[in-house]
Amino acid sequence: MKRINRNFKVRNFHQAKWDEPIIFELSNKGERGILVPKAEEEIEKTVGDGLSALPENMKRKEAPNLPEISQPRVLRHYMRLSQETLGADVNIEIGQGTCTVKYSPKINEALARLPEMTELHPLQDESTVQGILEIMYKTDLYMREISGMDRFTFQPSGGSQAIMTMASIVRNYFREKGEEEQRDEIITTIYSHPSDAAAPAVKGYKIIYIHPDEEGYPDFEAFKEAVSERTAAFIVANPEDTGVYNPRVKEFTELVHKAGGLCCYDQANANGLLGITRAKEAGFDMCFFNLHKTFSTPHGCGGPAVGATGVTKALEKYLPAPLIDYDGEKYFLNYEVTNNPYSIGKVRLFNGVAPVVLKAYAWIMSMGAEGLYEVAKVAVLNNNYLFKKLMEIDCVDAPYIRGKQRVEQVRYSLEKLTKDTGITTGDIQRRMMDFGMHYWTSHHPYYVPEPATLEPTETPSKEDLDEYIETLKHIFKEAYESPEIIKTAPHRSVCHQIDESGMDDPEKWAITWRTYLKKYKE
Amino acid sequence: MKKLGLIINPIAGMGGSVGLKGTDGVLDKALELGAIPRAPLRGKKALEELLDIKDEIEILTCSGDMGEHVALELGFNTRLVHIQTSDSTSNEDTQIAAKNMLNENVDLILFAGGDGTARDIYNAVADKAVVIGIPAGVKIHSPVYAQNPSKAGQLAKLYLTEKIDKIQEVEVLDIDEEAYRAGKVNTSLYGYLKIPFERKFVQNRKAGTPMSQEASQNLISLDIIDNMEDGVYYIVGPGTTTRPIMKNLDLPYTLLGVDVVLNKEIYAIDVTEKQLIDITENNKCKLIITPIGGQGYLFGRGNQQLSPKVLNAIGKENIIVAATKEKLSELKGNPFLVDTGDEKTDEMLSGYIKVITGYREKTIYKIKA
Repeated sequence: MKRINRNFKVRNFHQAKWDEPIIFELSNKGERGILVPKAEEEIEKTVGDGLSALPENMKRKEAPNLPEISQPRVLRHYMRLSQETLGADVNIEIGQGTCTVKYSPKINEALARLPEMTELHPLQDESTVQGILEIMYKTDLYMREISGMDRFTFQPSGGSQAIMTMASIVRNYFREKGEEEQRDEIITTIYSHPSDAAAPAVKGYKIIYIHPDEEGYPDFEAFKEAVSERTAAFIVANPEDTGVYNPRVKEFTELVHKAGGLCCYDQANANGLLGITRAKEAGFDMCFFNLHKTFSTPHGCGGPAVGATGVTKALEKYLPAPLIDYDGEKYFLNYEVTNNPYSIGKVRLFNGVAPVVLKAYAWIMSMGAEGLYEVAKVAVLNNNYLFKKLMEIDCVDAPYIRGKQRVEQVRYSLEKLTKDTGITTGDIQRRMMDFGMHYWTSHHPYYVPEPATLEPTETPSKEDLDEYIETLKHIFKEAYESPEIIKTAPHRSVCHQIDESGMDDPEKWAITWRTYLKKYKE
Repeated sequence: MKKLGLIINPIAGMGGSVGLKGTDGVLDKALELGAIPRAPLRGKKALEELLDIKDEIEILTCSGDMGEHVALELGFNTRLVHIQTSDSTSNEDTQIAAKNMLNENVDLILFAGGDGTARDIYNAVADKAVVIGIPAGVKIHSPVYAQNPSKAGQLAKLYLTEKIDKIQEVEVLDIDEEAYRAGKVNTSLYGYLKIPFERKFVQNRKAGTPMSQEASQNLISLDIIDNMEDGVYYIVGPGTTTRPIMKNLDLPYTLLGVDVVLNKEIYAIDVTEKQLIDITENNKCKLIITPIGGQGYLFGRGNQQLSPKVLNAIGKENIIVAATKEKLSELKGNPFLVDTGDEKTDEMLSGYIKVITGYREKTIYKIKA
């Protein structure tokens, strides 16, 4: 088809704005979505009213205070709310760095919604769930191939829970060796995800952070100072959230092993590594992948998710039970491997979020080995195209490893823009919504001043990337010429700027309707 | 022939070594406590960097300790533009000298002092001259000052030999010394001075500590308190990061002085260098210190009581550095700096140090002399 040149550089966009009340406020007494017929007289006669069998004190005094609404009104309500979000299907979603938000083929969604999937119950007999067990077992095999590890669990239902799982394995490993008391320190880097420190801290570990060296790589000399007989583990993301890949990572893991510690790999940023590097060759004892990021399942507003966690053969026994296995004839839940006092036990009910594993399996199968490598290659190329184009803009900078390429994302700095115009990265974030685009800054604290973390993945086209770049350029120009527009943004989003101060005051929070009524309506 | 103006505020920094947190208005007390002038020495250190272009410059300076002595001592071609009339110098002398230099069209004014001196220079020349500060005062907040005297000299050389031609305007900041002695840090902006632009050589503007850091500072203090050993003297350095230690122990403290804690009780408050030497000589001591926000100085700025002698007696392994992660982020990857005035001590402190950044949380951070 002949290409038609579009005539605009930035989009003339306005988001749907419905001023939609909370569903409780829509309630109309007596209104119903489904009308349930009355019990037939003969039936009631035979078995009674069904309630008198219950003890008096167990019965509710009042009916639950739920909204009473007809079906079309419910449908309209949620359709309107959905139009008031910047979801991945309407937005050129490259602004959420570290989260690998990519296009997820709709066919995989359709598979996950088949009754063969949705009607399964985890308590069914193994013989009746051979299909999903086979899919989980094979996904484990693929994960092994991709990482070099020897066994995976899909129980952790997110990245942070996977880190928690790894920290728990570290603890139990040293408990068995009688070194639990002695080894109380975990080392990480400041540009690894904050959960790499937070999860082990919850397990009672002391945390030691490493900063980048002058070039921008994790400082190996500082690392040497950190590693000791107290080191339990090194938990690190590579590439870090800056998109910087530590090429000396093997020296880091060797040093930790020499001191008797373990090495755990946070592979949340693995999208640029598929088919290129593996955790095993880098010297790690365990790792995890976010199936809901790298394996396209996708993110669903904080869930459902799977932090697929893999370990080497020597650490298999510490994994949560059960594992999924195949005896040549049938797939089964294997409780034997983890049947010892040092298994970390359950980290979640059952075997993980099965539909997410199914979608990852379907995605891997449709890609094949060459496809996975292609994903990594295109993700890196897209990122470096965006990187090059943005770095040509005077007010954009990206600290660390100057003059070198990044892997799959970059943490930019708009410090110059802020100095020149007073417009901060937070202002830009709000203004991007006026063009229907998402833009993310960074975790706190802002080690990179006025940060922006962008990760294009393999799915946007050059046209998408160019539109994102043009929109940013347009806003930067506004910052120099008419900063008020940005300061007062958003103008074309669902709502205008709101007073966020209440977020810091728990007294003002109302996270349920009942609390809202109590605090604000009574 | 380039013309270089040289102004040394000879009394700058004298209050610091005897625990006075500034010299303005308390010079007599400082002298009484045994303070020795250090600004002329620091001025000399900066000038030494210019020795190999000695024949290409003429130094325009003031009589006696305000510049003449060190310039002649190093054999520079020297001319006086101001002769001080009374025995002790005042800020008026600095201002008159700077104005005279301006009239002489000097290429650069090199001045040694502290925040007060920078204000005097600003009042005299505003944006009409290019200047470089040699840090010699007690508290150095203005980024007009180079990181240390040698770097001030190196920067002056680069500028006078036209290797640097870019100029930047930087803030002239000062604190209210009266309030400072009472434990409050009020930094005010007085104006802007022009300095040669070479990022590496100039101090970053001291960044304030926002309220939201109070919680992190509290966590740091709890970590330190939980690890305090009986019988060890804890020397608590100045700053808002160390304050919660004293607050949580319910002890009296000085925000900008150095206090000593033994067995979680106050042992001495607002100590001088001499007192510290006595304490550190015969006892096991640990020093708790925080870097100056935005600049990263551990020693040599605002804590002159912690002299090379004291630091050597304590030993690097007994130095506990406390800083919130936000404070570290403000350094933008630049290392901690030390400028104790003694190269060997600076060298002893260089390398890496564990910084307490939270409860049961440390960061390994680089120190550079």
